[in-house]
Amino acid sequence: MTDRLRRFTGTDRYLTSPALQAAVNCALALERPLLVKGEPGTGKTLLAEAIAGALGTKLLTWNVKSTTRAQDGLYVYDTVQRLYDSRFGDGDVRDIRRYIRFGPLGEAFRSPERVVLLIDEVDKADLEFPNDLLHELDRMRFRILETDEEVQAQARPVVVVTSNNEKELPDAFLRRCVFHFIDFPERELMQRIVRVHHPKLDEALVQQALDVFYQLRDMTRLRKRPSTSELVDWLAVLKSAGVQDLKLDATLPFVGALLKREQDLLVFHESLAAGRRPRA
Amino acid sequence: MFVGFLYELRRRKVPVGAQEAVALARALEAGLHDSSLDGFYEVARALLVHSEAHLDAFDQAFLAHFKGVQDQGDTLLAELLGWLEEAEAKDLSERTPEEEAALLALGPEALRQLFAARMRQQDRRRQQGNGTAEEQMQEGQGRGPRAEGTQEGEGGRRGALKTADARLYRGYRDDRVLDTRSLAVALRKLRAFQREGAFEELDLEGTIDATARNAGELEVILRPPRKPSTRVLLLMDVGGSMTPHAHLVNRLFSAARKATHFRELRTHYFHNCVYGSVYRTEGFADPVPVPELLADCGPHWKLVLVGDALMAPYELMLRAGAQGRYTPDGVEGVVWMMQLAQHFERTAWLNPEPPASWWSPTIRTLRSVFPMFPLTVEGLGEAVGHLTRGGVRKSPTVRR
Repeated sequence: MTDRLRRFTGTDRYLTSPALQAAVNCALALERPLLVKGEPGTGKTLLAEAIAGALGTKLLTWNVKSTTRAQDGLYVYDTVQRLYDSRFGDGDVRDIRRYIRFGPLGEAFRSPERVVLLIDEVDKADLEFPNDLLHELDRMRFRILETDEEVQAQARPVVVVTSNNEKELPDAFLRRCVFHFIDFPERELMQRIVRVHHPKLDEALVQQALDVFYQLRDMTRLRKRPSTSELVDWLAVLKSAGVQDLKLDATLPFVGALLKREQDLLVFHESLAAGRRPRA
Repeated sequence: MFVGFLYELRRRKVPVGAQEAVALARALEAGLHDSSLDGFYEVARALLVHSEAHLDAFDQAFLAHFKGVQDQGDTLLAELLGWLEEAEAKDLSERTPEEEAALLALGPEALRQLFAARMRQQDRRRQQGNGTAEEQMQEGQGRGPRAEGTQEGEGGRRGALKTADARLYRGYRDDRVLDTRSLAVALRKLRAFQREGAFEELDLEGTIDATARNAGELEVILRPPRKPSTRVLLLMDVGGSMTPHAHLVNRLFSAARKATHFRELRTHYFHNCVYGSVYRTEGFADPVPVPELLADCGPHWKLVLVGDALMAPYELMLRAGAQGRYTPDGVEGVVWMMQLAQHFERTAWLNPEPPASWWSPTIRTLRSVFPMFPLTVEGLGEAVGHLTRGGVRKSPTVRR
């Protein structure tokens, strides 16, 4: 059973921890959705891309918004187009199938090969949204009411669900998922991640940047602590500006790339004013 | 074999059940754990835990359940060495075929050296936190000399027991029962929508209807989009006798704050009874005089009070002016309350005290002013039902 599914061990661009690999492999082997949580900017969304890359399959993304309904992911019956065609006479309006537009989940089911489906930020949607998808994700099939046709997954897609914890997810949904909480990378792993993104950066600068970065993360009063993606962006800015030397003080260059909230910037300047060391 | 572990988890309030057990069994059957305790730790964690709040409890349970396993491995190894010595000491005729085979393959001295080397290696690895009971057992059972070193080269990885022992997830523990969801679901019924604003949404039914009436000539009907119309004013009693209920009230508060289906949510605080003013902060700073509040919030706002309504009876009768100060020519507290009750079309009082104790005089008085419901999930449901009774206004539709 496992031989059919190659083991996931990360990719050149995406480094993983053993725990994450285990979670991904469980999801692949048991054909269950993988629910990924973690601080913003720790690579939840990129994980789906990495899995698709490792498996060599296509990635379908369903970006969930506050107004998204479960039905949108399956299919939408485009009545307006049909009405329009009936009036202005384009094509055969008797064939209702021409007006069924499939959503990302519907497309994933219809695809003849296995695909990776990313349901991004599932917590943005309504409270009931995950519940409405239970049956479809379990059975991997749904019925189009308008044509009375059943769409069944030809190859069960690999489903990756990400959540930012804005809303709690229903228990019934959680039970069906393989769960992984992306830890914040420790310094060693972070160094490797930085290397992947900025292979040519000066080693001394990377070390200084990491020092500053972890000191910043230790400042307990920050509302949104900087995470991996902020660090990678920040290093890109430092590189293009040709910064050579870094230390944590009030004149830290481009601190806006690390701290995004106004309050956090205030806290930052407050705690570093007059050359004080930050309190951990 | 891992069933005991599941019960250990349940004892620590990690909700696992048959579904998780079956999933874990399937994963182990598929060999996802690589026959190692580390692998088992990762796989079990991915399948048994559904929220980061439970990761710490999982680590603790894992530690409690599997801590002995490694020591067992050591005992086993010692036993095997003993067995080797015994076998050597025996006469040829007394040796069992397995013993014979083992001794013949390598010779007794080489075999003992191999064991010693393997053991040192295990010790070293365990110091790196990477030794696992199963590896030791497998190697101890002598898969033959060529099995040596197959599982080398993973140094630096954190062993499962060590990871569990570090309890990295303590910060994510959340012992306030993670139950804002049920409150949020109850509050969700409070939403109501109203169509307003520009006419920009296509009214499909209306369009089909109008088109049909128009003998197939397309006639497009537009309508304003639906917007949430519920405005909620939440007044919370804080301090004093409410302190024991603080966690419950906090939960309600966070559920209300997270609810995205309210057009507006205002939260103010009072102590025991409203005297002329309510306050914007829990520390009773920033007062809002009641007349001002009533001018800001129209009668269609839903007023929800949260409090235990327990106080000395005279406290209902204290006179206060609109500035929140006690003055003899002010108005009694209970009269301020009645003003609130009269102003709003729909009000509800949520009381964290159990209904059995609602005989107390101040609760009885306030119950006659506000409809009172217990602050439980069911009570909240009833309160929401009461608040929404009366229905929503019809939506306007126009033709274009």
